[in-house]
Amino acid sequence: MIDLMLAWLTDPANWTGSDGVPVRTLEHVVYSLVTLAVACAIAVPAGLWIGHTGRGTFIVAGIANGLRALPTLGLLVLFVLIIAPLIGNDLAFVIPSLVALVVLGVPPVLSGTYAGIQNVDPAARDAAYGVGMSGRQVLWRVELPCALPLMFSGLRSATLQIIATATIAAYVSLGGLGRYIIDGQATHDFPQMLAGAVLVAVLALLADLLIAGVQRITVSRGLTGRYRRTAADPPSAGPVAGGAGSEGDRVLDPV
Amino acid sequence: MIEFKSVTKRYPDGTVAVDALSLTAPTGQITVLVGPSGCGKTTSLRMINRMIELSSGQILIDGTDTAGQDAATLRRGIGYVIQHAGLFPHRTIVDNIATVPMLVGWGRTRARERAYELLERVGLDRRLARRYPAQLSGGQQQRVGVARALAVDPPILLMDEPFSAVDPIVREELQTELMRLQAELDKTIVFVTHDIDEAIRIGDQVAVMRQGGLLAQLAPPAELLAHPHDDFVADFVGRDRGYRALAFSNAQLPALREERTVRLGAALDGDRSGAGDDWLLVVDDAQRPQGWLDLRAGHRDAAADHLELGGTTACRDGSLRSLLDAALSSPAGRGVVIDDTGRLLGTVTAREVLALIEAERERPTSSAGSTEPLEKSTPG
Ligand SMILES: Nc1ncnc2c1ncn2[C@@H]1O[C@H](COP(=O)(O)OP(=O)(O)O)[C@@H](O)[C@H]1O
Ligand SMILES: [Mg+2]
Repeated sequence: MIDLMLAWLTDPANWTGSDGVPVRTLEHVVYSLVTLAVACAIAVPAGLWIGHTGRGTFIVAGIANGLRALPTLGLLVLFVLIIAPLIGNDLAFVIPSLVALVVLGVPPVLSGTYAGIQNVDPAARDAAYGVGMSGRQVLWRVELPCALPLMFSGLRSATLQIIATATIAAYVSLGGLGRYIIDGQATHDFPQMLAGAVLVAVLALLADLLIAGVQRITVSRGLTGRYRRTAADPPSAGPVAGGAGSEGDRVLDPV
Repeated sequence: MIEFKSVTKRYPDGTVAVDALSLTAPTGQITVLVGPSGCGKTTSLRMINRMIELSSGQILIDGTDTAGQDAATLRRGIGYVIQHAGLFPHRTIVDNIATVPMLVGWGRTRARERAYELLERVGLDRRLARRYPAQLSGGQQQRVGVARALAVDPPILLMDEPFSAVDPIVREELQTELMRLQAELDKTIVFVTHDIDEAIRIGDQVAVMRQGGLLAQLAPPAELLAHPHDDFVADFVGRDRGYRALAFSNAQLPALREERTVRLGAALDGDRSGAGDDWLLVVDDAQRPQGWLDLRAGHRDAAADHLELGGTTACRDGSLRSLLDAALSSPAGRGVVIDDTGRLLGTVTAREVLALIEAERERPTSSAGSTEPLEKSTPG
């Protein structure tokens, strides 16, 4: 079976044309990117606002639990049934798929953002107001940067789910890597199904790596604990003396 | 000058945290708010920079009502230091300190320069500048907190239990450091603590508060110790207040006795002839006392590891408390008195210090030392 799948994957015929791997992958990426962007555009501002003001926290709990429990496929079919009669063309299938994926992406991003803001050290927040930052400045300069690690966790989990689930778009006769799975099933072409599944997994992995890279660049090392050696610190330098005497022993060396 | 005029804070749940508090924190002085937990100290402090809004009354800073000002602008002009420092974990030390200069629109270069200057001012190594808060000890973080509060040189500094979360040795270092800084900077400081010893040590005046946000007594530390206004204050100040009050009376030094000394490391022949005296004081080349040597132990020389350490020393112009402590803690029974440079002046016995204390009590004018300049730190 693996051999057959590899044969499928290495067959040049499967890499060209409008149902070749590059085109299907591109479609899959576009579906995922669009829905992820929409999900973030909804969930990030909402999470920031709820976390910052402390208002509407019930929304987070409700959405996180409620939406996660919804079966995406059922949702998709439901949306198609509702929307298709309203729109007469191809969009009748595209939009329900995208909406279903957005609904899938919102909860992790929303709760990650909200939790990130909630978890900001209260002393740091208090100090931020205390030194004279406005509410907006506290949000942008302290809360948001400190919330990034959890926001990224939410984003990564949303990305994985959306890429994996974007295969369902094929159910309603759209493109994407899901086509290989659906069509393979229809024709009992199991190597093709398997190849489709592997391609989806590889895509998800690559996307996760990409976001992890962005995360590494944007999140402060002060939060991650990956401290950099500074020029003044010789390698394996002992603790730097701080002040008059007895302290300084808790200084961590850069790793 | 900060004036509380009949300030009351009632929280939405009905708790009256501060009740008709009237109080003046004079310019250039440290006013300490002290009292048991929950008595309204933090609430009082945070009303000054409007982190908490008052329910009624007024707070004036140099005669201007704070209520009329924009809260954020007001806060940028008031240094604020809190218990766990509250450093921004995602910013380096130097950027933490540069926060307020950046907020008020200094350029990055100037703000950083100022931050480096302050780093040294609060006694931290420049090499810490590029580290993150998590890489610093609690005491170091607290120093950074103070540096951040001082960044734009505000005339007022509010400090809420700034040293409570560090261990006692570091706490004392930080207190000493604060007093040193204050001697240079002359800020108007309001300092909150629940630790009466800390209050007495660093305060120019101490406001003792009681449950319900009531002011029990406002007085300089010496007066608080000598004349607690009521049982609550007396209780809070503590049982050994008589002894502690000695820290605030400076006395004319008694005639010091001359002490036989030996150089560190010197051989000990012939020196045993001291009649009935078993202790010999060891000094270094600059006549600075190093420790006592027990002659009964039969050491051949005055090597450093034969010395009995642990005795405190008192400074020439130190307090009666430091004199008495030097005498009581000395293994020889004689307290070592030194001058400003640490050189030996002579010794004094506990009996002599007590006689001095007696004499001090009988002096008609010496009412609790409140008329004398307050002595704040007792070196040694
Ligand atoms: N946000 C709040 N809501 C209701 N009560 C509060 C609030 N903050 C403080 N209190 C109450 O006000 C009183 C004084 O609190 P606080 O000023 O923090 O005391 P302290 O700093 O002296 O320990 C306490 O009884 C406390 O429980
Ligand atoms: Mg408090």
